[in-house]
Amino acid sequence: MKKEGKEQIWRDYQKEIPDNDYFYVRSCIRQNFFPGSEKMFMKILVDDLGKNIYETEHHTTCGGIGYHSDVIPLETAMTIIARQFALMTEAGYKNYAASCITSFGLYSEVLETWHNFPEVLAKVRDNLKKSTGREFELPQHLAHASDIIYKVRQEIADKAKYKLINKETGKPLKVVEHIGCHYSKMFPHKGVGGAEYPYVLSGMVEAWGGEVIDYPERRHCCGFGFRQYLVQANRGYSLANTHKKFESMEPFEPDMIITNCPGCPYFLDRWQYVIAETEGKTYGGKNQGIPVFTYEEVASLVLGYNPWDICLQVHQVAVEPLLDKIGIKYDAGKKYEGLNGKDIGKPEMPGCIKCC
Amino acid sequence: MSSKFGYTKLDSGTVNLDNANFDVAKKVAQQERSFTYCIACGSCTATCSAGNFTEYNLRKIQLMVRRGEVEPLRETITRCMLCGKCQMVCPKGVSTRNVVLQISKLLKQPVAKEQLTDKLHPTDDRKI
Amino acid sequence: MKSVVIVGAGIAGIEAAAKLTKSGVKVFLVEKEKEIGGHLRQWDRLFPTQENAQKVLEDIIDGLDNRAEVLKNVTVQHVEKKGDKFEITLTNNRSLTTDAVLMATGFDTFNARRKEEYGYGIYDNVITSTELEEMFKTERVLCTNGKAPERVAFVHCVGSRDAKVGNRYCSKVCCVTAVKQASEVKQLYPEAEVYNFYMDLRMFDRKFEDMYHEAQTSCGVQFVRGRLSEAAETKDGRLQIKAEDTLLGKPLKLTVDMLVLMTGMEPCSSGVALAKKLKIEQGSDRFFNGQNAYNLRNFTSTQGLFLAGTCTGPKTIPETLADARAAAAEVLSYLTK
Repeated sequence: MKKEGKEQIWRDYQKEIPDNDYFYVRSCIRQNFFPGSEKMFMKILVDDLGKNIYETEHHTTCGGIGYHSDVIPLETAMTIIARQFALMTEAGYKNYAASCITSFGLYSEVLETWHNFPEVLAKVRDNLKKSTGREFELPQHLAHASDIIYKVRQEIADKAKYKLINKETGKPLKVVEHIGCHYSKMFPHKGVGGAEYPYVLSGMVEAWGGEVIDYPERRHCCGFGFRQYLVQANRGYSLANTHKKFESMEPFEPDMIITNCPGCPYFLDRWQYVIAETEGKTYGGKNQGIPVFTYEEVASLVLGYNPWDICLQVHQVAVEPLLDKIGIKYDAGKKYEGLNGKDIGKPEMPGCIKCC
Repeated sequence: MSSKFGYTKLDSGTVNLDNANFDVAKKVAQQERSFTYCIACGSCTATCSAGNFTEYNLRKIQLMVRRGEVEPLRETITRCMLCGKCQMVCPKGVSTRNVVLQISKLLKQPVAKEQLTDKLHPTDDRKI
Repeated sequence: MKSVVIVGAGIAGIEAAAKLTKSGVKVFLVEKEKEIGGHLRQWDRLFPTQENAQKVLEDIIDGLDNRAEVLKNVTVQHVEKKGDKFEITLTNNRSLTTDAVLMATGFDTFNARRKEEYGYGIYDNVITSTELEEMFKTERVLCTNGKAPERVAFVHCVGSRDAKVGNRYCSKVCCVTAVKQASEVKQLYPEAEVYNFYMDLRMFDRKFEDMYHEAQTSCGVQFVRGRLSEAAETKDGRLQIKAEDTLLGKPLKLTVDMLVLMTGMEPCSSGVALAKKLKIEQGSDRFFNGQNAYNLRNFTSTQGLFLAGTCTGPKTIPETLADARAAAAEVLSYLTK
């Protein structure tokens, strides 16, 4: 593998990411799946790095989850998005940051549609005005939240307490990066590094000391696929896609997986349990899984936050083996203690996949 | 495997040439060299007596053999009536009847005696 | 003595120069590279009869018999038609005044990096058809680890018939080149498995269909109708590739040791820049349009400005040479009218 070939492509796919002053919208599902991630995004950027990130309780879903689940048409999603932009405009912001990959993809798709079909934009403006009385400007910059963490990756590295390095061997950890399909597959130029060799997560991993693994099914979908998962009878299909990825990455013996999508870490994490239960197979060695993280969780870990404060106890695949590899201190006895020392309940331990 | 979740992992429909069995293809080519002439024009299938009434598709069968996808052919191959129309239309001069016979011979499973009478075409034993 | 500048000393430029000088025309043959001969210099053997490419090139160059003034390592900086004459300034500051200009600017090979999904320039054992030809020349067709490949795949239409890269046209020579090269790999390594991934096999010329037949029968090359969707490197430096076997109606994947990309032709970029100065009309494929696509292909709308070779579209070697001779004949009749 020739790194300079990738670097050449990365130079072709640079996007302008403003340093500061974002209107931030959360994902529909991330606070349930990985409750610490969005909180840590705000904490790192605002408290640790002194950025100005604004959010409002008045924002809603972007409509993407309904659109991708065949529940609402694109026109409805467009009007919902127009309302989000109106909230941004009213708050006096021009840079829009989405936590969710599918939102980011849908915002990109809608902005591109409006750019090419101004009459559609005019109709949406009209619809929004009539239904809510609101008006809106288009954002000057659209960023996915991972673009912003990518942008400040070096600042995080400078403040980091830990590196993605195996403290026993001194070698970089082997990291699988998985990019949400809606990040750049539809619009390669809207993503850092393009669609075939995205750099947004690789850049973070490199800055924080790890080594990125490029395995044959890297570009393959995590298996989420919305309606493929939402209907129980279809889940075997979702599972098969995830299984395919793990079979492909297995020979590379990854230490961890980093993701930038709401669905991907959920499926890569939870399906390891189902694969273990149904196929009897685990991928992390010693009957363990491969720990899966969001990029905010990884940033928080290198910055030295307490793993239990960033909600790593809700992961299916135990994170402790990775914490031990890096040398991150944690109190095993407090894993299931909530923020105020409250007992949040200990889950039942699965049979096939070893959890701490 | 357990299906306590209400679903199980789907099997891949991908032809994986890394695990493919090319033995049948190699043997057929040895026995009938014209097997390698096929350019997949489909004339054989267009004219095929069996192909007009069943799923039998000689163009595809030959391709499946080349790709090592032989398991599904064990039953299918027996549907050929050996009429020879395919041989008449083949522009490359493939000896299609012999190709079918060779594939049948190689795929013929040991069949119990009582089952033999149920077989529509005990292909290998037919007199041509 | 009438004079003509020929831009480009590939086989079209050389052949036209040979014919024109033989008829007593003064020819300035301008070449941007340090050697004349164009793309043919990189080739080992030629379809359809495995002729030695360098021998063929030598014969073509011998036809010149040193009669033309060959200017290497220079390009045309400025060109202007004043009256019946063309005034030309070269990058070495030399000025020429000639009666005619013959564009023989040829093609650039498609930059395979632009098909990002195939990983050229990233994955070690992804090479272009030109690079394979250079390997044939040195008789060392090896993977980067120094081992002989046990499995090789050829991908047709890389940069051709592909609106995604802006090239909707067929490059014409890649299909038969892939058949030739696949057969040569099998001749070199009879035990190797060789796969050709094609969309249509365009065996249009004399002996081509025979080459395809031989490739499939004697050589045992496997042909898969389907375009590669992607390539990815495995842990041991091999390549996992995916395509649909469209005749089987199923997705297919396999791991190979070497992946050869049949890069197509694009009009030469410096030739296009010059053509724009000369107001030569280009088609939607960016190749140059003659006055028509039939009997006037070598003529432009400017009197005294002619076209030859692959600047008017992908061509085989015999087609290029025939086109060059036709252009030379038209230039000559223009100069002697």
